[in-house]
Amino acid sequence: MSEKLHPLSGLNGKPPGTTSWSGSITEAGSEMRSYYGRPIVKEPTWTWEIPAYFFTGGLAGASAVLSTGAKLAGNEKLSKTALYVGAAADLVSPILLISDLGRPERFHHMLRVIKVTSPMNIGSWVLLVSGGASNTAAVLELLGWLKPVKLLAEGVSTLAGPLLATYTGVLVADTAIPVWHEGRHELPWIFGASAVASAGAAAAIFVPPGDAGPARRLAIAGVLAEGGLMQAMELRLGNLGEVYHEGEAGKLSWAAKGLAAAGAALLATRGRKSRTSAVVGGALVCAGEVCLRWAVYKAGFQSARDPKYVVESQRERIERDGTKATTEPGDSPASPSRGA
Amino acid sequence: MNLLQELLEPTGDPDGWRAYGDDQKERVGFFTDTSVCIGCKACEVACKEWNLIPEDGRVWTGESYDHTSQLGANTWRHVAFVEQRKPLVGDGNGDGGTGLRWLMESDVCKHCTHAACLDVCPTGSLFRTEFGTVVVQQDICNGCGYCVPACPFGVLDKRHIEATTDPPPAFLGRKQDGRVWKCTLCYDRLKGGHEPACAKACPTKSIQFGPLEELRERADARLAKLEADGWNGAQLYGRDPDDGVGGFGAFFLLLDEPEVYGLPPDPVVTTRDLPEMWANMVAAAGTLLVGVAALTLLGRRG
Repeated sequence: MSEKLHPLSGLNGKPPGTTSWSGSITEAGSEMRSYYGRPIVKEPTWTWEIPAYFFTGGLAGASAVLSTGAKLAGNEKLSKTALYVGAAADLVSPILLISDLGRPERFHHMLRVIKVTSPMNIGSWVLLVSGGASNTAAVLELLGWLKPVKLLAEGVSTLAGPLLATYTGVLVADTAIPVWHEGRHELPWIFGASAVASAGAAAAIFVPPGDAGPARRLAIAGVLAEGGLMQAMELRLGNLGEVYHEGEAGKLSWAAKGLAAAGAALLATRGRKSRTSAVVGGALVCAGEVCLRWAVYKAGFQSARDPKYVVESQRERIERDGTKATTEPGDSPASPSRGA
Repeated sequence: MNLLQELLEPTGDPDGWRAYGDDQKERVGFFTDTSVCIGCKACEVACKEWNLIPEDGRVWTGESYDHTSQLGANTWRHVAFVEQRKPLVGDGNGDGGTGLRWLMESDVCKHCTHAACLDVCPTGSLFRTEFGTVVVQQDICNGCGYCVPACPFGVLDKRHIEATTDPPPAFLGRKQDGRVWKCTLCYDRLKGGHEPACAKACPTKSIQFGPLEELRERADARLAKLEADGWNGAQLYGRDPDDGVGGFGAFFLLLDEPEVYGLPPDPVVTTRDLPEMWANMVAAAGTLLVGVAALTLLGRRG
C-alpha cells in the first residue's frame, strides 16, 4: 500500500512509521523557529510564460526606442528591423500572459479598472498601448500606408516602450517575496538594462554589420550595466542574496553572466567585421538575457520556499530599528546599505 | 484626482476609500485565543461545510495532529499543532510535571487593515466589504495569481483542482478551477446577521467573532489575566493598529513567537513602498529612453 504523501511533507522519501514517537516534540526556544520548516509566504502560481514575457516585453519596449533613435539618425535599415522585432515581441507578450491565467477567457477583466496600486493592472494598460502602437506602426510600414498615423504610432510606442521595459521590475518587487521586495531599488533598472541588451542584440542578429553599430553598442552597454546593477542588488540584499548563488537561480545566474559576457565580447571584438560573429554574439546575449529573467524569477520561488528568509529579514529589521514596522515608508526594510 | 490620491496613499484608508455611505457597517473580525484552543478542528470542518470547499486530497504528514498543513485555496481555517518541551505555566511545578505543552492555533485570513492582496489585484476582484473584511469576487477573478505572493501570510492560493461551480468554458479544454480562493469571513452569513461558521462551531470560544474594537478590549483583558497567572510566551499578534499592515481584522493571542506557528514576525504590506517603487521605475524608464537615444544617435553607424 502506498500512502500518498503531501508534497511538502517532512516525511517525503521516508515511509510513515519510521519517525520516533516523539518526532514532533521540540525543545522550547531551541531550533524550531519555524512551523515544521514550512513556507510562510506562498510561492507564485506563475509558470514559464511569465519570465518569458519579462524577456519579450523588455525586448519590445527597448526595440521601440531603438527604432525611433535609428530613424532620427537616418539609419532606415536598423530602424525598420527594430520596429518589426519590437512589434513581434509585443504580439507574443499578451499571448504569454493570457496563457498563464487561471481563467484565460477572463483576460479582459484586467482592463475593467485603472488601478495604480496594482503594477499588473498598470502594466496591462501599458502593454495594450505599447503593443497596439508598435503593431499599428509595423503594419502601416509594411503596407506603406497612412504615414502620419504611422509616425504617431511610433511616437506613442517610443514613449510607452521604456515603461513596458521597466514596470516588470516593480511587478515582482511589489510582493511579499523577500528577495524581490528587498531588491526593489535595483529591479526596474536591471530589467531595463536587460531590455536594452536584448533589443540591441536582436537587431545585431538581423541587420548587416555596416548598419548595426548602434545595436552592438546597446547590447554591450546593456550587458555591462546589468552586471553592475546585479552586483549592487546582491550587496544590498545581504544574506537574502544567497539565493542567487544556490539551486536553479544560482545556475541560471551564472549562465546569464557567462552567455551575456561572451556575446558582448564577441560583438565588441568581431561584430563589425563578421556577420557570423554578429549573429552568434547577438544570439548569446539574447540567451543570457532570457537566463537573467529566469534567474530573478526562480530566486523569488527559492526565497519563498524557505521560511528563514522571511523570519530572518524581519527579525533583523526589528533588531536594527529597535521597533516593529509601521505602514509609514520611513522604517525601511532590511537593506544594509541604507542602514542608519 | 482619485488616481493621484491612490498613488500618493496606495494602501488607502479602509474606512474611507470605499464609500459605502449609509450601508457601511461596523468593522468586524475574529479574536482567536489560542490559550483555550483544544485542536478539535471543528472550525476547519464547519468552514469547509458552510463554504462548500472541495476536498483536495488526504495526506498523512507526521507533524503532530496537523494534516492540513497550511492555509490555501481549499483550507480557510487551519489548526496548527506544536509540541514543545516547555511547561505551559511558569517553571511547570504543580501542573502534572510532564514539562510538555501542546500549542494549537486556528489560523485564518487576517483581513488586514492595509491588505496587499486587495491593493495588487489587477481586476478589482478583491474588494473591501461594508464590514471592513476582504473578499474575492469569484465572477471577476481571472486567476492571474498576483495576490498569492503579495500576501505576507501566504493565505491566498489558486485552486488547481476541478471546479465545483462555474467551470471554465469547454473550448479551453481544462477542468481546473483556476481562480484564487480564501476566507470570506462568511460574507454571506454576515449579510444575514449570523456569525461566521468557524466561530459558531468553536466549542471553547477560542474563535471569537464581533466588532473589532470590542474584540481588542477583550483580548487586552485576556492577555493581562494570562500574564498575571504566569503563562509562558503569551502575546497578542496583529492587535496593534500601528503595525506594518495597520492591524489585523482577525488577530490572535499566541503562546510563543509568531514564526513558531508559521506566521511572519513583523509583516509589512508591500504596497507601502509602492510610491517609491513607481518613482524609481520612472527614473529607470527615463534613463533608458535617454540612454538608448544617445547610444543610437551618437557614434558610428557601422
